[in-house]
Amino acid sequence: MAITLSGDQSMPAPPLSSRLTPAQVWGIVLLAPYLLVFLAFVVYPVCYGLWLARAPSNYVALFHDPIFARAAVNTLIFLVIGINIKMLIALFLSGFFAQQRTWIKWLSVIFILPWAVPSIPTILSVRFMFNPEWGVVNHLIFSLTGDDGPNWLNDPTVALSMAIGVHIWKSLPFWTLILITGRLAIAHDLFEAAEVDGASWWQKFRYITWPSMQTLYITCTLLSMIWTLGDFNSVYLLTGGGPADLTHVLATLGIRYLRLDQLSLAMASIVCAMPFVLPLVYFMMKRLSR
Amino acid sequence: MKLPGVSEFSWRDVAVEARLLLIGIPVFLWTMIPIYHMFLFAISPKEDAFSGKLWPDHPTLHNFEIVFKQQHYFLRDFYIQFWNSTVIAVSVGVLTLFIATAAAFSISRLKVPGGRSVLNLALFTYFIPAAFLAVPMYRTMGNYGLLNNHWSLILAMVTIASPYAIWVLKQASDKLPVELDEAAVMDGATTLQIFRLVYLPLMMPSLVAIGTYAVLLAWNEYLYAFLLLSNDREITLPVALGNFLAADDSPWELLMTTGFIYALPPAAVYYAFRRYMVGGLTAGAVKS
Repeated sequence: MAITLSGDQSMPAPPLSSRLTPAQVWGIVLLAPYLLVFLAFVVYPVCYGLWLARAPSNYVALFHDPIFARAAVNTLIFLVIGINIKMLIALFLSGFFAQQRTWIKWLSVIFILPWAVPSIPTILSVRFMFNPEWGVVNHLIFSLTGDDGPNWLNDPTVALSMAIGVHIWKSLPFWTLILITGRLAIAHDLFEAAEVDGASWWQKFRYITWPSMQTLYITCTLLSMIWTLGDFNSVYLLTGGGPADLTHVLATLGIRYLRLDQLSLAMASIVCAMPFVLPLVYFMMKRLSR
Repeated sequence: MKLPGVSEFSWRDVAVEARLLLIGIPVFLWTMIPIYHMFLFAISPKEDAFSGKLWPDHPTLHNFEIVFKQQHYFLRDFYIQFWNSTVIAVSVGVLTLFIATAAAFSISRLKVPGGRSVLNLALFTYFIPAAFLAVPMYRTMGNYGLLNNHWSLILAMVTIASPYAIWVLKQASDKLPVELDEAAVMDGATTLQIFRLVYLPLMMPSLVAIGTYAVLLAWNEYLYAFLLLSNDREITLPVALGNFLAADDSPWELLMTTGFIYALPPAAVYYAFRRYMVGGLTAGAVKS
């Protein structure tokens, strides 16, 4: 290697333009717009943010903030419980929607609506349904039992569960759709052979469906976990992080610090999430860029 | 029950159908209740809306009239906000298509040196949750002097939309046969001619899917819009909807009406392009 290098130095390197074919020059020119966007709006902000969060005192302050600990726990609950419930329902419903019925085909068109419409109006609609004084839910409770309904969003556990519910409502159609694609890709004669052998539905699922779908299912679960980390709307628009900042997740906590003009804390809270996010991202990239 | 073979068979059919309905009906209710609730508010006069009825006594389009005539404090900039949303969504769609198509062509067809690394960087950005990038992005836009300017939101959304766009378009263009390019080069076509006359027409279905994806992403975006834009005449519709919450006596029936109007275009676009969306996006979203 060293020899070749010194050999190169003896004669002047040809100018860059003549070493590249016209196609390669075009390649660089066409790639340039994305590279510019990437440098200006990903690399620079990330480096700047890390620089802002460099002081260790930020992390001390962060770990002394009870809201941060609470938000971290909430995020974990959101991911571990929320996502797994969602993916199990999606797996179940993908079997339902794979049935060949006209009415099920129509239902699947309706079922996709939550994913097709923006989240703001629908989340606000849910929020008002559960309004303690004016919402339709407590009206129904009152007319059925004569008692006042609970103040739903004022209990942190109920409020967080409802935020998870809203998240599931919004993204369930997408994941169901993907799992349906996976299910329809399974060769049909496998099921016919199982039918002939008198297999129960559980045996068919256990020995045919699940083995063909488990890679897809696990990939979807991990991807959904990464994306759900960034789900700002479900929490912010439903509970606003309240009551008493007890339902924040990491995505809304950063914005809360930003609003309080504590930018370095906001960045530090994001940096703290990185040890969990980066391995997942690395794993997903290895999986998808084969 | 001792019945002849034929009707025994149909009894089993009925049982299967009933079990399917037992799943189908809750799914339908779960999906429709929040949307129906919004619709109900939009067609209810104020007193009906707050009475908790399942159907208003006097359904009316009066709320739509108030919105379209901008007859409320919260709605005085409705048209300009609708226009802002439209301009931003369309700009994001066009810019994303331009940037991503150029990059995908360069990486997949021209095999530009380092193209693989750029693709990996893009993929990495795609996986980082957008809410985490929002805080540094906000500061950066401030440093660039773009806050409260539509360009800040357009550029931010292009940044978020293009990684996925590049990735999907790169996958799609890998599937085009190399011989097409080779034949065009034989005929003396320049790189740009290949791009325009061979590549773009063949990529049309994917381009439609990606354009729709970028437009919907920008139209639906709330977090970045509310961070980057604050002036009443600069904000987009979702931010205006969020601002309704600021008041104690929010006119919820008007909020729901505006929300309903705001939700219609993306739903229409989605259903119009569903054929492309489902094929182009789910194929790319998760490769098993």
